[in-house]
Amino acid sequence: MNTVTITIKKQPDLYLEADCFTPDALAGKKADEIKELPVFIGKTVEKIGDYFTVSGEAGPTAAETHLIFNGDLTKVKYIGAKMSAGEVVVNGDADMYVGSWMSGGTIIVNGSVGHFAATAMSGGDLTITGNAGNYLGASYRGDWRGMSKGKITVKGDVGSDCATFMTGGEIEIGGNVDVHVMTHADGGKVIIHGNAKSRLGGQASRGELYLFGTVDVMMPGYAQAGETELTVGGTTAVFTIYEGDHGERHPTRKGQPIYAKLYLKK
Amino acid sequence: MTSIHIKNGFVVDPAQGIHGDKKDIFIENGKIVKSLTHAEKTIDASGMVVMAGGVDIHSHVAGAKVNVGRNFRPEDKMQSTYEPYHGIRHMAGGTSVPTVFKTAYTYADMGYTTVIEAAMPPLYARHTHEELRDTPILDQAALPMFGNNWFILDYLKRGEIENAAAYTAWLLRATKGYGIKCVNPGGTEAWAWGLNCLSIDDPVPYFDITPKQIVSGLMEVNESLHLPHSLHLHSNNLGNPGNYTTTLDTLKLSEGIKPNNNFNREQVLHHTHIQFHSYGGTTWADFESKGKEVMDYINNNPAVTCDIGFVTLDETTTMTGDGPFEYHLNKLNHLKWANTDVELECGSGIVPYVYSKDVYVCGVQWSIGLEMALLAKDHMRCHLTTDHPNAGPFWRYPRVIKWLMSEKARNDVFASMKNEDKVRDRSTLGSIDRELTLYEIAQMTRAGTAKALGLSSSIGGLAPGMQADVVVYPYNPETDSDPEKIEWAFSHAKYLIKSGEVILNDGELVSNGNKKTYWVDVTTKPNRQVERDIDRTFVKYYTVTKNNYEVTEHEFMKNPCAVKIDAVQ
Repeated sequence: MNTVTITIKKQPDLYLEADCFTPDALAGKKADEIKELPVFIGKTVEKIGDYFTVSGEAGPTAAETHLIFNGDLTKVKYIGAKMSAGEVVVNGDADMYVGSWMSGGTIIVNGSVGHFAATAMSGGDLTITGNAGNYLGASYRGDWRGMSKGKITVKGDVGSDCATFMTGGEIEIGGNVDVHVMTHADGGKVIIHGNAKSRLGGQASRGELYLFGTVDVMMPGYAQAGETELTVGGTTAVFTIYEGDHGERHPTRKGQPIYAKLYLKK
Repeated sequence: MTSIHIKNGFVVDPAQGIHGDKKDIFIENGKIVKSLTHAEKTIDASGMVVMAGGVDIHSHVAGAKVNVGRNFRPEDKMQSTYEPYHGIRHMAGGTSVPTVFKTAYTYADMGYTTVIEAAMPPLYARHTHEELRDTPILDQAALPMFGNNWFILDYLKRGEIENAAAYTAWLLRATKGYGIKCVNPGGTEAWAWGLNCLSIDDPVPYFDITPKQIVSGLMEVNESLHLPHSLHLHSNNLGNPGNYTTTLDTLKLSEGIKPNNNFNREQVLHHTHIQFHSYGGTTWADFESKGKEVMDYINNNPAVTCDIGFVTLDETTTMTGDGPFEYHLNKLNHLKWANTDVELECGSGIVPYVYSKDVYVCGVQWSIGLEMALLAKDHMRCHLTTDHPNAGPFWRYPRVIKWLMSEKARNDVFASMKNEDKVRDRSTLGSIDRELTLYEIAQMTRAGTAKALGLSSSIGGLAPGMQADVVVYPYNPETDSDPEKIEWAFSHAKYLIKSGEVILNDGELVSNGNKKTYWVDVTTKPNRQVERDIDRTFVKYYTVTKNNYEVTEHEFMKNPCAVKIDAVQ
């Protein structure tokens, strides 16, 4: 595996959209070629080399490419977007769309990310040691096809509208989460170690949500359905089970309706 | 205006009965001419097909519900990359509901020069005309909707054809409309009461009139006004298994009505997207094609024309003035649903839909459209549409042409389906080996549609004196045999000329043309009662005044082209 190190040297005035910051786009390229690649700032097209120092050489394929980003990337969007393989490490905070539409490979962010991280993710692994913004692992605006596969781990807090229209995969949140989790979900799994605000699983028809902390307001469409002892995210505890959302249509299996399930730690 | 000589192409022109002969076409001052002494521009069309510009009889490209579709499907914009502003090309984007610019550029690439917006809610006529005005290149017209209009329901219920005709003439003038569109007659009004009309005898609540009376009445009104186009009908019970009986009942209402116009139009009824109306079975489980039964009837009744509404097996955005149908569709696919009620006039609904080749119902719908087009005996009366964007986006026409012209291409689709045997079993498509000719394709896409619209004296053909709308497709009928070449050629016109102006030169957009909008201006006998009814209804029921309703030529239209008719007698 070959490594390319990209370090920001000049902050853009506006936001910088770098949809080429993926192992797929950089595979097979040397530092000098990478510096010449275009990035968008507003409606102008500029070069990577104008804003970043680049060293090293990418592997022949995405899977053999390891990218390291250093510095304050809070004005850089689309790191790791649409990547299918390889490894990305971000040492610092990044802006929106980190790992959006990613289908494979690994991203580790040693810092926090902006909104829309892992939009409609369909595979791979995303780890964030800091916090994530709104719409983590959600579907694209208007779309009904959300995160379907893969794993997202956030050590810190997450904003609102996490896992909207989720159909599969897993999100584990170490801290707290804002309103609207797994809205419209039709599968998938979300584990919240901290506290939640409200509207967990609104209009969800399938999927599982585990909450270790507290929730301010429960959805009225969920009904209690017993208790169970489970080991979730390495912790064993007794959970109260809620089924719902009863306001929504539900698929059936062998004549029995399937519900989304909320597991609230007792 | 330049003079142009297009030489050596294979000319396909059903309007003159020309079957791909090598001929030269001459253009001067925006018209086709017999010959030229000197041509300022010569186009070498050797080894290529030359046709008149395409004429789309039914497409949803402008107005309220198209815009609702754009608004509520941000994900549709993401599925194809936005093209940035470039030279004379405006920024363009969108997939199944593209922007007006992308609509025009894509139609131009397919060799089309005239596109009819098939459903204009009268109340939103201003919005519709604003979008038509902003659509470059294409000549257009819009059909206002009449089938659920309170005035029409009231007059027809009492048998007052003359009053209904006077109102129709007024509404065409007020909305700058081109003809009478009728969507789910009575059913959309019933939907305002939570009901629907599924047969032609289901009464409309409150008005106590049946779809049968509405359809017959509107045909009579149409002929009494001598309009260029016939009644343009989307009949009741669209999209439901077993609906073909409703369709046949509706088509039979045309019997005994005679076309009465000076536009060389021979039909009294144009039934649109007939594919959606030719379903057998009682549920989706025993769903099957009745395309043969419906097409047999149309083949034997020259007073009826139809367009197909081919299912293209794509993800798309359905949008129709048939409000109850869209609600019903949403209950099937559980995606998003938007509904609009247009006070006193009509309504509409919008639902995204994925026609998947692996879902057998979608596969059967795909085969019904093709089956009907291949069973048609007169392609002047059977037109190519996808009811854009309902059965598929219009930019799939080249692919539909490929399927119509190649049995191999159809078999390739069959073979790629998960339920191939089941799909083959539900229609006769698999047993049809017919492959349409370029001549028949030209009938379905320009000559036939222009004739049905009453515009055959100026467009849809290449006879001297006609408007110079000419397209050159890079397809050689003598040497090209790969079906993929058909699809490619029909989506990459080499040259396009509209009203004598070069739009595409060697495939490059070089002009945004000089689009015009047709509308029909009928003079009827002064009718004090209808005038009073209109004034009173605006004061009493409408949320807008009459002055804020009417479309004025200078404010809302680019190059308005009024078709004037005297119907005083």
